[in-house]
Amino acid sequence: MKLTRRQTMLAAMGTAAIAALPIKASAAADDAIAAFTGGAELGEGGITLTAPEIAENGNTVPIEVSAPGAEAIAIFADGNPTPAVATVLFGPLAAEQMAATRIRLAGTQDVVAVARMPDGSFVQARQEVKVTIGGCGG
Amino acid sequence: MAENVKPRVRVPGTASAGEVITIKTLISHTMESGQRKDDDGNTIPRSIINRFVVDFNGENVIDVQLEPAISTNPFFEFQATVPESGTFNFTWYDDDGSVYTEAKDITVS
Repeated sequence: MKLTRRQTMLAAMGTAAIAALPIKASAAADDAIAAFTGGAELGEGGITLTAPEIAENGNTVPIEVSAPGAEAIAIFADGNPTPAVATVLFGPLAAEQMAATRIRLAGTQDVVAVARMPDGSFVQARQEVKVTIGGCGG
Repeated sequence: MAENVKPRVRVPGTASAGEVITIKTLISHTMESGQRKDDDGNTIPRSIINRFVVDFNGENVIDVQLEPAISTNPFFEFQATVPESGTFNFTWYDDDGSVYTEAKDITVS
């Protein structure tokens, strides 16, 4: 494909805009995740996080997590003033280890779901959500 | 902040033994995050529901710890197994010590 000068300019501008937008992930998020995992390695797979790619209103962003067989799932938003969002513990009568809820996001950032498996391992899923209007007031 | 808190829960009325059912819950609550400021610039103190527990005939289904990042009017959807007829008990714990409860019966046919 041959790029015209106009296309190149547009592409460059788009990349710059995307790079500038996300709120910087805070070290607090890593700390919060470490508090849940006890510093264990995070694997991949076995957990699904469903979140919208673009959320118009950061005050209520619908998300859904599911991790078959998990004991617990913790959800984090790494750009929020307090990164922890919720921790779900599943009891013996939870049919499938899934939960759906609505969360607040202060701005464009990654939402992270970490599941604790019965064998003590941890898996994570991560998805970026672009937020048009932040949901933390101020 | 314990006024106008109204739990709403949707549970099917009947199920077959061992069936997987979807439960949806919503409770009206401002979930004041502790991040917002009022017109005079004073921080509005945090006031949220911090824990939500669902039991069926005394056995636990889910136990959720909520943080300020949960939206106003916290909504949860999850799945439960119904081994026999009985009652789902839903309990929400407020920061101010209030406890809100709701119960729903289900019949296994």
